[in-house]
Amino acid sequence: MDYKQLGLTKQELVEMYRMMRLIRVFEENAIAYFKQGIVIGNMHMYIGEEAVATGVCKALTKEDYIASNHRCDGHLIAKGADINAMMAELMGKENGICGGRAGKMHQSAPEVGLLSANGIVGASQTLGTGHALYCSLFAPGRVSVAFFGDGGSNQGAFHESMNMAAVWKLPVIFVCENNHYAISTNVNTATAMGSFYQRAAAYGVPGVRVNGNNAIEVYAAAKQAVERARRGEGPSFIECDTYRLRGHHEGDEQTYRTREEIDEVIKNNDCINNMKKLLVAEFGWSEEEDAAMIKSIEDQVAAAVQFGIEGEPMKVEDMESNLYAE
Amino acid sequence: MKKIMYREAIASALAEEMRRDEKVFVMGEDVAITGGVFKATKGLLDEFGPARVRNTPLSEWAIAGVATGAAMCGARPVAEIMHVDFIGCCFDIILNQMSKMCYKTNGKVNVPIVLRTQGGRGRSNGCTQSQSLEALFTQVPGLKVVMPSTPYDAKGLLKTAIRDNNPVVFIEHKGLYQTKGEVPEQEYTIPLGKADIKRYGKDVTIISYSKSVLVALDAAKELEAKGIDVEVLDLRSLVPLDWDAITESVTKTGRVIICHEAAERGGYGAEIAAQIADKLFDELDAPVVRVCGANIPVPNATLPEIESAPTVKKLVDAAMRICKGGARNG
Repeated sequence: MDYKQLGLTKQELVEMYRMMRLIRVFEENAIAYFKQGIVIGNMHMYIGEEAVATGVCKALTKEDYIASNHRCDGHLIAKGADINAMMAELMGKENGICGGRAGKMHQSAPEVGLLSANGIVGASQTLGTGHALYCSLFAPGRVSVAFFGDGGSNQGAFHESMNMAAVWKLPVIFVCENNHYAISTNVNTATAMGSFYQRAAAYGVPGVRVNGNNAIEVYAAAKQAVERARRGEGPSFIECDTYRLRGHHEGDEQTYRTREEIDEVIKNNDCINNMKKLLVAEFGWSEEEDAAMIKSIEDQVAAAVQFGIEGEPMKVEDMESNLYAE
Repeated sequence: MKKIMYREAIASALAEEMRRDEKVFVMGEDVAITGGVFKATKGLLDEFGPARVRNTPLSEWAIAGVATGAAMCGARPVAEIMHVDFIGCCFDIILNQMSKMCYKTNGKVNVPIVLRTQGGRGRSNGCTQSQSLEALFTQVPGLKVVMPSTPYDAKGLLKTAIRDNNPVVFIEHKGLYQTKGEVPEQEYTIPLGKADIKRYGKDVTIISYSKSVLVALDAAKELEAKGIDVEVLDLRSLVPLDWDAITESVTKTGRVIICHEAAERGGYGAEIAAQIADKLFDELDAPVVRVCGANIPVPNATLPEIESAPTVKKLVDAAMRICKGGARNG
């Protein structure tokens, strides 16, 4: 389906384009400040995969849940989390989204339905299914999305979650971000099929594979799956064929792939370029408009960086708090 | 007061809490039609229906993980892992998800879940269905760990665990389900972190929990005939630990035996012994001793199964050994 069939307006497309750029600029800044030692921790970037979070979250409301993984910046930002608090969290600051104790992989923004990112690959599958069980029992009409990668798809939790969600008809959308590499392991050496959407049929779940670097394609699949879930018809599986443009983590030497392979994606299938081309072709999007948008995003992220830098580091005296809830 | 079985006390606590709060529901393997392999969820399906008494596929990872995911949204699941030995199939959820959620989110997301399970030997179930694994849970910050020994405690503690806003691992004992005890008709709860003196005495304290408390009470009767007056302190919950009760009892008796069915090496008894050595050293008249499970897998055959756990004889021998200097104030 193209954008017209989906009823997407120019304004909506521009917003999706801006969202992808915002995620990328946020992360580019995170990398820059990581290199200076101001941002700390293990940096798993989402750069290259922005269309997935953008397309999926556009099909959701703030009240819907998403369960995220270690590559969580895109999910958080697309769902509407506060980027100031996110950047401060990456710096270990008290004004961070979790007071500095979570770090990049464990951020939480319940105010927008993202209860927890996760350092355990595959955990989002069971937790996201659990969010859907809550919706099914106590908040009918709301849905849940579990984001995970090609790596996470080979955890046993994949099978148990898909099966339980299907047999209970839970309103969950399993979104596999197939970025082709689990750290250094190419997807073709980790699963004989080379892809995952076929597995869905074995659980009685509709499964599709889309170009994960095309936000409109992702949105179209997500919209259909979300509508099905809201109707109480059960889970869906969407495999988004995407590509991680950075290493597994910042500092990854990436000896497992060639520069040419990466450049090929940047040249021919980068999600931001894909959307820009559409805006130019359909709406005469100008370089001036583009530059103005980029400037406003850079200002927004610079303010987030400033917010983080000005925050106080998390205090040792506070490190034992919130182990238990009241 | 009416006497009911331990398993009936569990079912009764679940039913009362499910009536009180619609967010409470049960999920696990075979919990619905049969009421569980130990009958501890018997009757719930008829009253509450299949949406709140959820029979699951054989998927411990999903049972624990899906229940945790629902609890993060505000549900209050009681998820059952049929045997504590199956915890290996879902330990990530316990180790990295439910236990850390409140801390890592700085209190923004909590996990009000009860993970009901059972362990212990006594039915010749062999080495993968007879274990006592509580030390795996006490080692994980963010969990609470409860191990009741009587029907009265089981009911009152389970109700409190369900109302707790944190993950509680509630470990029953397969050898206790048929035991009977007095349970009031009227509603009651028991706070977590409150030990109970099951027998008052002045010469030696046996600190225990779960089924080993019954062994300790039998040993106390034999020791009484030998002139040794035993106090049996039932911890009831390991985390939180009632340190005040331990302090009071040990200060009175000056002699301590710690008794649990779990393997002695690295067991929770070692933690209690270390704390007593650290904080109550001056109160001691004898070394702290442990009477615990052998450091071997649980054997299947009857006598080795019995002898690899605490017995009355082992407790009597230990008490005689540390009391040979005579009663403290006698």
